[in-house]
Amino acid sequence: MTHPIFPPDKLAKVMELITHYPEGKQKSAILPILHIAQDNFGGWLSTETMDYVAELLNILPMEVYEVATFYSMCNTKPVGKYVFEVCQTGPCMINGSEEIIQYLKDTLHIEVGETTSDGLFTLKTVECLGACGYAPMMQLGKFYREHLTKEKVNAIIEECRNTAATNN
Amino acid sequence: MVRKLLLEKAHLEGIRGYDVYRREGGYRSVEKALGEMTPDQVTDEVKKSGLRGRGGAGFPTGMKWSFIAKPEGVPRHLVCNADESEPGTFKDRYLMEFLPHLLIEGLIVSSYALGSHVTYIYVRGEYSWVIDILETAIGEAKANGWIGNNILGKGFDLEIYVHRGAGAYICGEETALLESLEGKRGLPRIKPPFPAVKGVWDRPTVVNNVETLAAVVPIILIGGEEYAKIGVGKSTGTKLISTCGNINKPGVYEIDMTISVEDFIYSEEYCGGIPNGKKLKACIPGGSSVPILPANLLLKTVKGEKRLMNYESLADGGFVKGSMMGSGGFIVLDEDQCVVKHTLTLARFYRHESCGQCSPCREGTGWMEKILRNIDTGKGKMSDIDLLWDIQRRIEGNTICPLGDAAAWPVAAAIRHFRDEFEWHVLNPEESQKRNYGLAHYADPLEPAVAAV
Repeated sequence: MTHPIFPPDKLAKVMELITHYPEGKQKSAILPILHIAQDNFGGWLSTETMDYVAELLNILPMEVYEVATFYSMCNTKPVGKYVFEVCQTGPCMINGSEEIIQYLKDTLHIEVGETTSDGLFTLKTVECLGACGYAPMMQLGKFYREHLTKEKVNAIIEECRNTAATNN
Repeated sequence: MVRKLLLEKAHLEGIRGYDVYRREGGYRSVEKALGEMTPDQVTDEVKKSGLRGRGGAGFPTGMKWSFIAKPEGVPRHLVCNADESEPGTFKDRYLMEFLPHLLIEGLIVSSYALGSHVTYIYVRGEYSWVIDILETAIGEAKANGWIGNNILGKGFDLEIYVHRGAGAYICGEETALLESLEGKRGLPRIKPPFPAVKGVWDRPTVVNNVETLAAVVPIILIGGEEYAKIGVGKSTGTKLISTCGNINKPGVYEIDMTISVEDFIYSEEYCGGIPNGKKLKACIPGGSSVPILPANLLLKTVKGEKRLMNYESLADGGFVKGSMMGSGGFIVLDEDQCVVKHTLTLARFYRHESCGQCSPCREGTGWMEKILRNIDTGKGKMSDIDLLWDIQRRIEGNTICPLGDAAAWPVAAAIRHFRDEFEWHVLNPEESQKRNYGLAHYADPLEPAVAAV
């Protein structure tokens, strides 16, 4: 695998982020930078990517690994192009999150934690995302999809397929 | 009509942007604080207001501020805790999404009071679009001279940065948040030293919730004494409540803490009652960590008085017969909900979010989840109920941070008030997979209290 390198605009953003923290405390920028890295390098953090982040921050690779493995938003394994993160905590459960999860499993023919064979969709269950009043819900990329129904789930899958087809 | 101090203008078109916010009187508290008051006077107003931390613990904000150490030559920091992740709670998200400038205004005034020249907003990573909104608002405030060097020509310098978390409930605990801000795993620290003495990068630090810091704006504008007149007792001012579960109108409401729980659930102005004519079975009034109450104990205290939506009344009866205001995450369960299953989802949540540092919490949360899953799926034994009780008791108070307590309390309260429902699951393993226990006697009137002889 080639050494990952940020494009100039991302690198500038990384350097700007480091200035938010006192001199010598650049390690503080690790989570914000891991987000940029994950977005930029295929939706997950490979060892090579984490080593690169360590290099940029002038810290040990281990310091990046231990952080990346602690936070649930850091994917340390490859994921599909679209990751459905469905909330399953109490308030969402009351409003039918289990049916939504089951429907996604049946529709995509995968289990929770798996990715479809075409590499398009990954299904994850997550704990409370702070949208309890708009349940059931899931996170898809940057945004929340709320008040989910089977029909809405169908539309979201369709939307993802269309976007993927347009971008290819 | 309740006086709204925070959300009054939330629905005005364009209020998210600087121009409308300013036109509607925004940033006047900064002019007042920096123009007419010393930092200590700002802190005094907050003390007088009786404002209590809105994140969940309810600690008096002014007092917290007065603890900050001021060693010569060491920078101090204010950190805004926007790592909102207590199940049932989504009020801070609402505030930041619709009124980002209100938070920034509160941050400027509070930073001035505390002498923080670099202030951070630690936002949970999942709220990524909220981060964009905040960064846009910070840019606007900066362009208009409210952030930067020599604000209003008064010699006060301030930068505000948004710091994005990455999915960890534990980072809502203030010392874990500071560890995370330092770029480490979110492992809570042993206290003392408290953050006010040694916080982020060993510097004196104050960590306050989003709603708390936004409330500083009206406190400065109307004065601490006036603010303290709103509400009742030590529950001063207004409180944001996020409501969810089986209600007609889930959402975020601003209340003045004099309304009864019953009116809050059934009035059109707030939750709008329970859908489909169902009956109220139970409620978790302050976020998933606080004790669940059956309908009868929720609406009335053991003394037979109407329970009110405030810190004192919700806690009336202690943990045995009361609950807590907590973070204001109000979760309503109707007669069709299964308390065992709901408690299982919360146990799973805490197992997932335990940082793993203390064994009672790391192991105990996993055991509780497994036992609850057994009971829920009809594989439970009668002795499991006592085992659950035993485990939660051994977690509570035996961990570095309050996550252990937060994991123990929901299980304890569920068994305390709904033991017959747990027993029914054990005794009727097949039937419990087909139907729910239902309302049972949970809404029956309370027995009149008998005076002690």
